[in-house]
Amino acid sequence: MRLVYFAAVREAIGVASETCDLPAHVRNINNTIDWLAGQSPGHALAFQDKARLRFALDQAMVPLDAALGDAHELAIFPPVTGG
Amino acid sequence: MKRVVISDEPISAEVALAGLSDLGGGAVSSFTGISRDDGGVTAIELEHYPGMTESSLMRLIDEAFARWALLGAAIVHRIGRVAVGEPVVVVGAASRHRADALEATAFLIDRLKTDAPFWKKEHYADGTSVWVDAKSSDDDRSSRWT
Repeated sequence: MRLVYFAAVREAIGVASETCDLPAHVRNINNTIDWLAGQSPGHALAFQDKARLRFALDQAMVPLDAALGDAHELAIFPPVTGG
Repeated sequence: MKRVVISDEPISAEVALAGLSDLGGGAVSSFTGISRDDGGVTAIELEHYPGMTESSLMRLIDEAFARWALLGAAIVHRIGRVAVGEPVVVVGAASRHRADALEATAFLIDRLKTDAPFWKKEHYADGTSVWVDAKSSDDDRSSRWT
């Protein structure tokens, strides 16, 4: 799975993207966030408040409980603030 | 006419809206958002999600065309560092009569604020910077259109 991060999430983790082999039990975004939070202090900081995160699977916005399915790219970011 | 442009160069309403008045309609409406001096802000910096940004903005335009009798619509958005006073976004719509263009313009900017993957950081004169928090008032305005 390719993971991409934006804004404060990207800054906390320290990279804009990374590729991870997720464990077999990780099937939805919620599981993914919990697993990623254990990967480094930066990940833990970025994902400490799940209610403040938004997600896109293959560039379409999805909720926290969405299944990963066969998606290739998961983006994790704060609520958007354009315009 | 449907136009979506993401620009790391300065934008202008004149260029963003070019052509909208030549579509045979009687109305062109637009909104320009400008980088604002909020308590010592010297510039804002905009990050986006390449690919998803363009597709989400084009989807908003398609939705506007489905809801109103439009002849054209344009969304032009800056990315990168934008000095206070410079335009950040220009949204425009053209229609035969004013109500369609006016409502579509409000729809496009309200939904852009909550749906399009942009993130804004404020830079201050003392060298510090902070990511802008999403506003619940933006959610309220956007949800008027669902």
